[in-house]
Amino acid sequence: MRYLPHTNEEIDAMLKVIGRKRLDELFCSVPDECRHDGAMDLPEPMSEWALIDHASELAGAMKITHKHKVLIGAGSYHHYIPETIPSLISRSEFLTAYTPYQPEIAQGTLQGLFEYQTLTARLLGMDVANASIYDGASALAEALLMGLRIGKKKKKVAISKALHPHYREVARTYLRPTEYELIELPYDEDGRTDLSALAEIEGLAAVAIQSPNFFGVVEDQEKLGKQIHDVGALFISTFTEPLAYGLYKNPGECGADIVCGEGQSFGMPRSFGGAALGMFACKDKFTRNMPGRLVGETVDVDGKRGYVLTLSTREQHIRREKATSNICSNQGVCTIIAAMYMASLGGTGLRNLAKLNFDKMEYFKAAMVAKGAGLVFDSPGFNEVVVEFNNDFKPVFENLIEKGIVAGLELGKYYPELAGKYLFCVTETVSKDVIDTVVAEVK
Amino acid sequence: MKELSELIFVEGLRYTDDHEWVTASGDTVKVGITDYAQDQMGDIVFVEGPEVGDELKKGDEFGTIESVKAVSELYLPISGEIVAVNEDLDDAPEAVNEDPYKNWLVEIKPSDPSELEGLLTLEAYKELLKG
Amino acid sequence: MAKNPGLTGLIIEEPLLWEKGGKGRSGMCIPDSDVPAATPVAALTGAGPDFPDLSEVDIVRHYTRLSQWNFGVDTGMYPLGSCTMKYNPKINEKFAATAELAAAHPMLADEYVQGNLQVIYELQSYLGTISGLPGVTLQPAAGAHGELTGMMIFAAYHKSRNSKRTKILIPDTAHGTNPASAALCGYKPVHLKSGANGILPIQAVIDAMDEETAGIMITNPNTLGLFETNIREIADIVHSKGGLVYGDGANMNAIMGVIDLGKSGVDIMHWNVHKTLSTPHGGGGPGAGPVCVTKELEKFLPVPRAIKVGDSYKMEYDCPDSIGKIHAFHGNFSVLMRAYSYIRTMGAENLKKASHLAVLNAVYIKEELRGTLKLAYDRPCMHEVVFSDEWLQEYKISTLDVAKRLIDHGYHPPTIYFPLVVHGAIMIEPTETECKEDIDQFIAAMKTVVAEAKTDPESLRQAPVNAKLRRLDETQAARRPCLCG
Repeated sequence: MRYLPHTNEEIDAMLKVIGRKRLDELFCSVPDECRHDGAMDLPEPMSEWALIDHASELAGAMKITHKHKVLIGAGSYHHYIPETIPSLISRSEFLTAYTPYQPEIAQGTLQGLFEYQTLTARLLGMDVANASIYDGASALAEALLMGLRIGKKKKKVAISKALHPHYREVARTYLRPTEYELIELPYDEDGRTDLSALAEIEGLAAVAIQSPNFFGVVEDQEKLGKQIHDVGALFISTFTEPLAYGLYKNPGECGADIVCGEGQSFGMPRSFGGAALGMFACKDKFTRNMPGRLVGETVDVDGKRGYVLTLSTREQHIRREKATSNICSNQGVCTIIAAMYMASLGGTGLRNLAKLNFDKMEYFKAAMVAKGAGLVFDSPGFNEVVVEFNNDFKPVFENLIEKGIVAGLELGKYYPELAGKYLFCVTETVSKDVIDTVVAEVK
Repeated sequence: MKELSELIFVEGLRYTDDHEWVTASGDTVKVGITDYAQDQMGDIVFVEGPEVGDELKKGDEFGTIESVKAVSELYLPISGEIVAVNEDLDDAPEAVNEDPYKNWLVEIKPSDPSELEGLLTLEAYKELLKG
Repeated sequence: MAKNPGLTGLIIEEPLLWEKGGKGRSGMCIPDSDVPAATPVAALTGAGPDFPDLSEVDIVRHYTRLSQWNFGVDTGMYPLGSCTMKYNPKINEKFAATAELAAAHPMLADEYVQGNLQVIYELQSYLGTISGLPGVTLQPAAGAHGELTGMMIFAAYHKSRNSKRTKILIPDTAHGTNPASAALCGYKPVHLKSGANGILPIQAVIDAMDEETAGIMITNPNTLGLFETNIREIADIVHSKGGLVYGDGANMNAIMGVIDLGKSGVDIMHWNVHKTLSTPHGGGGPGAGPVCVTKELEKFLPVPRAIKVGDSYKMEYDCPDSIGKIHAFHGNFSVLMRAYSYIRTMGAENLKKASHLAVLNAVYIKEELRGTLKLAYDRPCMHEVVFSDEWLQEYKISTLDVAKRLIDHGYHPPTIYFPLVVHGAIMIEPTETECKEDIDQFIAAMKTVVAEAKTDPESLRQAPVNAKLRRLDETQAARRPCLCG
């Protein structure tokens, strides 16, 4: 086996040094009743070539592949990934390093994370961003718990129903074993969050909304922020599509206290939903309540600039059961990818790409309306929209699959009241021709 | 770390098992940590205090004090209301290392001033450190 | 030290991203628009972030230089105890990048993504086989996330039995994250002291376990690298009081093919795939923390899990007792692909051999260094060995100094100051992928450093001198945090 370098002679020599005759004597402290009965029932080992063939077989089992145009976003977006990113991130100095506990020999990771934190804070208009959380959903759950920590005696948090349904499920999972209550706030006919119930809720620590929300609608964050602050709660702003902040006002400008969301759009393939990263930022005054790792700037003994993990006393390995979270490893490499992507786009490129996504979606909406389809929520959006059709869309959907296009996501499973309506996403990867093909099929 | 003989003590203060000192002036008392405590902690990087107006009981946790790799809870030596928190420490927590007896943490209005008498004298505190 | 690998290379300085570039440069191709320009609502639009504009070459040089400041497993031996920094096979990367699978949208109907589901289904089954616990979820995104999932299952299980439990037993030799994970589910940790031999005594569990205690979180082999020989008896005691046993799988690399956790009395365990199943750690992720449970607890696992119906695979959501979702989608699928690739490459015999050799390497280091550094516990160790700095104190040399000096000799230092039960701990885990001559060279380097501690202690206190930077001021970083440039 090529990963196991020991020759039999070396094994014998080492056994001799330690005074053993056979390898299995190394396990003499293991009682018999704890041992496996015989060999484990696993498939026979595969050579590299056999494994590549196996990958091809698995690929062959996929009815929808990278060759299809998938017009679904819903928290996982198809954007072009520059070739520089897979090339640079495959450098094994990034990939095969551990958490940078020894900063002198981990400055690559550390400076990379510091740059990520800075770009993220600038993107979101916040003071501080951490070095990532697992994904957008767990970032929301962590943000709610952080809001409850800051809110001290307050035991309730509220989330918008226009927030990604999976994120809401994860938030419920996190809060179920706790003493806290999670309240869901409705959306209105414009597909925007309705906060009119807030005044009735006592002891509310934080309110989370998403923008653009699950329906692709851009929330009026300034207005929502004021309403949330008026009841003395923290304003948590969530996102699944960070690219929108190349065009729209960032959450910091709108008064958000904590901002969190999914960063997959920034240079990562959809990968069946992972691995990507949860982005997480907050105002300066809440930094010590933040979960996750933070990298800070300092100097070495010669006065040279360098970076270290810092404010670790918040974390599990020091504060144990009083830590701000149990998170240790986060999404390391994905974090560096997101920074590479933001840096590759630059301020100018991010603006242009965001505008392009917006323009494509506006074209898509106009074409759909012209064909007689309806926009369920006629509100400002970014690159997603909910469409309703005069006839059952399912046959059209099936037909378009044959043409290599996945025409949206049917919403009945997530919102029974929206059954038969479809959530569409068009990014820069969807050409006008593809949009025209979809629209042409609509009856 | 300092030997016992190197530690600084201040006459006239009261001390606690948790290595805090207490001194009364007028109807309030100030609380800080001892030289021994700051020495054990090492470089102090952050002090988190309570809110002014908090009513706490003797033995309640009123804050934390942090070094780079450790956190210690702070326990209130006597019951009362927090009337001031040393805000100078927000920007300069190292002051506690530099002069732990000058740089107090909180000022309390005791609800039962007689509790002060129950705290350790300097001699008793030194005995405690000798173990 | 002719063979000492710790020589300085060419290190090129590189500024922060925003200290370079020029407005209007671009590092990425953006397609031309083929649709008319539209106008967004002015009241909602913003100025866009203040990012630097960089060219493609700027980006490539920047990250190439940054990467050169890092030490990885591919650079050299990385004997971080409890972290299992084994070699990360290259074929795993290619396998994970299989375009059809890597492009899959996570919300596509099952029929469209059978390849992805097959990987998930089969990996669930392999992990069940290796652990001896047949119920498996792959959703948790890291070991600590798996631990949290496990604690949520504890909570759901006790709730289903209308049993209110508030405490949890955690030995001092358990993994560091355990108390924080338990606390998130409202459990107050009760800390148990290990015995003088580093093993958790049965009596400690008898004394602490009661009907208000949800169970125990035990790491086996423990963080001293010792096998908890009383595990079966401890599990029986915990079970007899209605509690559950959580087995932290951080140290699975020591026991594959040898120990059946189900037979050991463990009810729930998590994997750290970057440790045991060779996925790259990536300087802190992404990981994956699959959780395995007994048949009885299977119904509490997060939804969905992959099942096989006839010849096809399906994501099963219909589990009313489930704790719910723990990740937005299906976990870190791209990481799980690498773990799958590793298991398929290794097979049962090689996995078992990997554990055997991981233990052999650690025991060999223990024997070779037993006269050089003080052993924390002198009894048969598994895949890692813990020394202390006790013999160096007279030279006023600390564990930190030893660690930093090892950098100058070309090694990533071992884990230091953990576990907390050992003063000045130096915890070495070589893993099975280091060959004998590399281990011999590491042993020689350790001996040299300890010799230097006696003859030239200043060389340790000043170390490292060969790295990009010398020791960094962590106090300054924490006192006046600069977290954003």
